[in-house]
Amino acid sequence: MGLRTFSIATVATVVAAFALVFFYAPLDADQGFVQKIFYLHVPLAILALLGFMIAAVHAIRHLRTNDPLHDARSYVSIHISVIFGVAVLATGSIWARASWGKWWVWDEPTLVSFLIVFLLYATYYPLRYAIDDRDRQARYASVFAITAGAFVPLNFLAVRLAETLVHPRVFATAEGGMPGSMWLTFLASLAGIALLWATLVRFELAAKDASAQLSRLRRALEAPPRHAAGPESRPSATVPARPTVGS
Amino acid sequence: MPALPLDEAGKYVAGAYLVFLALVLVYVAIMAAKLQRIGRELRSLTALAEERDRENVG
Repeated sequence: MGLRTFSIATVATVVAAFALVFFYAPLDADQGFVQKIFYLHVPLAILALLGFMIAAVHAIRHLRTNDPLHDARSYVSIHISVIFGVAVLATGSIWARASWGKWWVWDEPTLVSFLIVFLLYATYYPLRYAIDDRDRQARYASVFAITAGAFVPLNFLAVRLAETLVHPRVFATAEGGMPGSMWLTFLASLAGIALLWATLVRFELAAKDASAQLSRLRRALEAPPRHAAGPESRPSATVPARPTVGS
Repeated sequence: MPALPLDEAGKYVAGAYLVFLALVLVYVAIMAAKLQRIGRELRSLTALAEERDRENVG
């Protein structure tokens, strides 16, 4: 599917999902209208955490093959997931303020653990760009992405095992969890946010690919012409380049 | 805590969705700036390539 079709599908799904949130999903008996934040906050959190794990898979591929394309995919996955992480923290704080009367609760494991994961990935950028050599930079970044990626499910499990129930557990409660209409709305929101994540990743990779090809083209064009050796030895401006991080 | 009345809850819900929208818009603006930079660079490279072509013909 082309980037344009993908983008249109994303916009259509997100708009449809938000329409379901506000015009179809019933009001939550406990939290009322504030619970509408759930349909944005939870899919964003799921995609941010999944994105970190996808980055780890690309990082493993990079270490196995040494292909810079996998490093670029790992980098972009982390980049978009960190942006989603900012949205998770912001929407979560607003929901906390509306539900608990506080912007942040430090003794709530779900919030603090997500903040730890977010801050862990925030260190990815200074770590990556502290290394000048491109190959070493990519290798160390991959090792970081794998280690941190393994931490994500462990962290999620540890929070689930924690006994506190301060954080709203919407999926499975003593009353039997969400009704079907809420599930449908949630799944539509999840699909929309997942498509948004994938679209942003593809946009970022396309931009990196274009930048990399431009750099190669500039190098080829700025090199002195070598007519004496024949036209076949001239620098080729049409060689496709693999996207690299930092280009 | 009891559920907030609709007029008060609406502010928080609108705030959360607007924050999300603002983040997406900021990202799109950054991507648009990147695209403009790529376009500028492409134009300068096209000019460079044409200049080299003229030199070769000359």
